[in-house]
Amino acid sequence: MARLLAVDTSAQRGSVALAVDGEVIVEHSDEPRSHTRLLEPMMNRLLARAGLSLNDLDGLAYGRGPGSFTGLRITAGFVQGIAWGLDCPVVPVSSLAAMALSVSPGSGSVPVASALDARMGEVYWSCYRVSADRTLQVLVDDCLLLPGDLSLPSVADHDSWVGVGTGWQYHEAIPEALMSAMTSIDADAMPDAADVARLALPELARGNTVDAAAVQPSYIRDDVGWQKTPGR
Amino acid sequence: MRVLGIETSCDETGVAIYDTEQGLLAHALHSQVAAHAGYGGVVPELASRDHIRRLLPLCEQVLSEAGLARRDLDAIAYTAGPGLIGALMVGSTFAHGLARALDIPVLGVHHMEAHLLAPMLEPEGPDFPFVALLVSGGHTQLVRVDDIGRYELLGESVDDAAGEAFDKAARMLGLEYPGGPRIAALAQEGTPDRFRFPRPMTNRPGLDFSFSGLKTYTRNTLRDATEAGEADHQLHADVALAFQTAVVETLAIKCRRALEQTGIRTLIVAGGVGANRALRDRLSAMVEPLECRVFYPRPEFCTDNGAMIAFAGHERLRAGQQDGPEMLAWPRWSMTELPGLDAAG
Repeated sequence: MARLLAVDTSAQRGSVALAVDGEVIVEHSDEPRSHTRLLEPMMNRLLARAGLSLNDLDGLAYGRGPGSFTGLRITAGFVQGIAWGLDCPVVPVSSLAAMALSVSPGSGSVPVASALDARMGEVYWSCYRVSADRTLQVLVDDCLLLPGDLSLPSVADHDSWVGVGTGWQYHEAIPEALMSAMTSIDADAMPDAADVARLALPELARGNTVDAAAVQPSYIRDDVGWQKTPGR
Repeated sequence: MRVLGIETSCDETGVAIYDTEQGLLAHALHSQVAAHAGYGGVVPELASRDHIRRLLPLCEQVLSEAGLARRDLDAIAYTAGPGLIGALMVGSTFAHGLARALDIPVLGVHHMEAHLLAPMLEPEGPDFPFVALLVSGGHTQLVRVDDIGRYELLGESVDDAAGEAFDKAARMLGLEYPGGPRIAALAQEGTPDRFRFPRPMTNRPGLDFSFSGLKTYTRNTLRDATEAGEADHQLHADVALAFQTAVVETLAIKCRRALEQTGIRTLIVAGGVGANRALRDRLSAMVEPLECRVFYPRPEFCTDNGAMIAFAGHERLRAGQQDGPEMLAWPRWSMTELPGLDAAG
């Protein structure tokens, strides 16, 4: 089985996970603005627990976004550096997909809608079918929408949707028909490197990887009202 | 010791390799100036996005130019501050990731320390002690340098940095960002002595600077001349010359004062404005009768670059200094807080 290290700092939670022989161990911190301080110690502790060094890894995975621009670059920069140094393959994983995997259906599968607060009154949005074996199928890929413009794809079990992520705090602005299709909502859910690792393992096995130079954030929002440095 | 240097503090991505025995082996730079020109200044989010796209290809370029493999690197230095925090983080996180993968030391370097050591990259570089004039878009400082990490701030701008004043005056003259090189080019067509701008804070003792008044003086001069119906290309060239002369004279007067006050016989000039030809000519003429010498980095190492980071990092890494596990990115960081070379890593 592959040995894979996964990193995610797309939201306030920073996490690092290590998958070894099918087992996933993880470290996280919910302390605000601590990613650059805590990421490396979390990685070191995981490697020490597993008795491994970075050279023993078969691959890396990272939460590519969407999410906090700075957070995405912290992970992408760090993972890019490691991947280039080790010359090892990398699997980019959607942070929204990782967040959807925080839902674990007891059996069968469940439709999951990930909504992450994108600020400026918008949400990052995507929809999945999450199975009990912790795999998922993409129904709607990552996009950026106003809460009032959200809609669910049509599925057979159309009234059994689960919502995850900070975007659901805008529930008052989300169309009522959509809200009535939700059976439960976890607005505190955040992407976690353990789920990034779980999603990445089969992709690594299939060779769906990129090299270090392609380790880039997926911002989704590319038309921010750019502002120069004040006073300069 | 072979050190990879990484600079991402503002709007230039710079990478270089410095070797103890052979000196600078390779350096490469990507300037974002064109990307920011339309905004009249640096847009931090755009800068960060560009750094993370450009950094790795530049690393591959310098390795290839130096004929080295990744495993041939012995240590990594990166700019830890001061600068734009998001931009700094790109270099910092990449450097730490790479260093851990290669299992070699990594060190966050002070951007302004690297600037003031940049003249030492030249074969006939200065020896300690020297007085450094750091003059760029973000800084205008006079620093006494007795050794690496032994810095005394002699004076600094109380308002705008000299380069910032150039940018603002350029805007009034309808010139694009960055203003320095454009004003210098326009000033060549100027009529000497048509206007005389003040030399701020030179009539009182001390080594501090102030450039915001020159900005107002520029605006008023342009307005008065325009009201008198004189708004033409020659007016702009004459104002550009008068402005540049005022900045250059002010800097020269303070540099002279700093040399006389300290009794030090070596002046070094670093930072983007240090590439200005008129400033170089004036300072060279100023030090001659004082029997002092003035040193400059080559023009491409006046502006931000990876070579100065590789060199400054090399000096400290070779003394055993290195980062712990924290990836450093400090937007503000006083140079006088830096340790000497004898401090533990």
